[in-house]
Amino acid sequence: MRRVYMDHAATTPVDPRVMEAMKPFFSEKYGNPSSLYSFAQEAKKAMEEAREKIADLINSSSSEVIFTSGGTESDNLAIKGVAFANKKKGKHIITSSIEHHAVLHPCEWLEKMGFEVTYLPVDNKGFVSVDKLEEEIRNDTILISIMHANNEIGTIEPIEEIGKIAKERGIYFHTDAVQTVGKIPVDVEKMNVDLLTISGHKMYGPKGVGALYVRKGTKITPLIHGGGHERNLRSGTENVSGIVGFGKAAELAAREMDKEAKRLVKLRDRLIEGALKIENSWLNGPRKRRLPNNVNIGFKFIEGESLILELDFSGIYANTGSACSSKSLKPSHVLTAIGLRPEETHGSLRFTLGKQNSDEDVDYVLEVLPNVVERLRRISPFKKDFGEYEEALAKEQSHKH
Amino acid sequence: MYSDKLIDHFRNPRNMGRMENPDGIGKVGNPVCGDVMYLYIKIKDNKIDDIKFETFGCAAAIGTSSVITEMAKGKTLDEALKITKKDVVDAVGGLPPIKMHCSVLAADALRAAIEDYRKKKGSGNDKPKDS
Repeated sequence: MRRVYMDHAATTPVDPRVMEAMKPFFSEKYGNPSSLYSFAQEAKKAMEEAREKIADLINSSSSEVIFTSGGTESDNLAIKGVAFANKKKGKHIITSSIEHHAVLHPCEWLEKMGFEVTYLPVDNKGFVSVDKLEEEIRNDTILISIMHANNEIGTIEPIEEIGKIAKERGIYFHTDAVQTVGKIPVDVEKMNVDLLTISGHKMYGPKGVGALYVRKGTKITPLIHGGGHERNLRSGTENVSGIVGFGKAAELAAREMDKEAKRLVKLRDRLIEGALKIENSWLNGPRKRRLPNNVNIGFKFIEGESLILELDFSGIYANTGSACSSKSLKPSHVLTAIGLRPEETHGSLRFTLGKQNSDEDVDYVLEVLPNVVERLRRISPFKKDFGEYEEALAKEQSHKH
Repeated sequence: MYSDKLIDHFRNPRNMGRMENPDGIGKVGNPVCGDVMYLYIKIKDNKIDDIKFETFGCAAAIGTSSVITEMAKGKTLDEALKITKKDVVDAVGGLPPIKMHCSVLAADALRAAIEDYRKKKGSGNDKPKDS
């Protein structure tokens, strides 16, 4: 059976060249970078080279790159670290309602600690309104955190504009760029960001390693205290092999991403067009200013988890932001925020393309998908509308707005 | 995550589809929550002679709907009413904790279909409900 992995927003395979680069750092060059003798300094040197490669990819200086265990830790460090270091200045944070939980949950936790958080709404394509953001800025606003691109629906936010406002108003600006670094150009100077989250395993590097870009002079306090590694911001012996792999992945991305993005856009658009030929389907997220690899299609009258399983039986690995597939039964907060009716959030399917996907893979998905949707709709009691529930559903919707 | 038995019922659902002129229909769930079950029954000699289902929902919802139709078919109404959510869970070889509500839904749908039949028929022709 053909196997088609289309869940690259969840994770990516480690590029063989990355793996090759990592190999010596497990049992040959295993020294602790903090040790002074020459043997350990090999590890230190490799780590610093990796730091430079990551800095090059985002146009920062290498001293501004802090290695962490991944995207979630970087988000936590940025948000809690800035909040605690600047609490004398203010207690207000602005973020969006479609952030990853690695941003939303630290914000919610900070609310319990006495901070105040504004969660900006988004429009029906997932865009944050820059005007609305500006209106919400207060004298005690200390941090703005808006993701670069959304992991579920691929919306690329107007980060440069927001960055400009944040800079003018003297407010720290963090962006979660987990879905964009290594995929589309990211430039911390152009974007005017003070903090930027990167994850290794979303860009063909290993899991368990990430980075936080911290602009020089940013007031931030560490979450993990100890030996004072990473400019005192993240103690703990560095994950050297992971960092080396992460660096190699950054080097490869810098060289290859432009070409790859162009290739993915073609596959993406073909997949979108093909999937939308299925009746009662729609695209979640925008057509333009969308991640090159993101496809998110909603299907009426069927539920996402059934779709995922059905596709799995045909060797296709996709994902959903929907209720039943994840650990919680709540509908996707992103799809809810773009105004989908609850019953519509359940039937959404996300394909995220990557390096090993080909035209043939798209053909295969487009061959399988209509049959899968057809079969589940045969099982569903709803064929043309939600029948007797329509009125109640419409009422619920009008209550919400 | 799911047992082979549940996956089998999901992939090869038994008694699936709409029934014309059923004697009773049980409709439970809500599209807002992501699962809705319709259970149709035909009654002959106080027994479930035919049964069909239609389900909007996850694999557990579809699988438990399918399995309860097999369990209920041929049973008298009183026997069918004794099918519990636990019986449904056992019949599909267990469910992940987060999916337990699907078994409740299946048992409720069967109960609702039988009640609908009894209501339509008028309680006089049938034994009174014991609950």
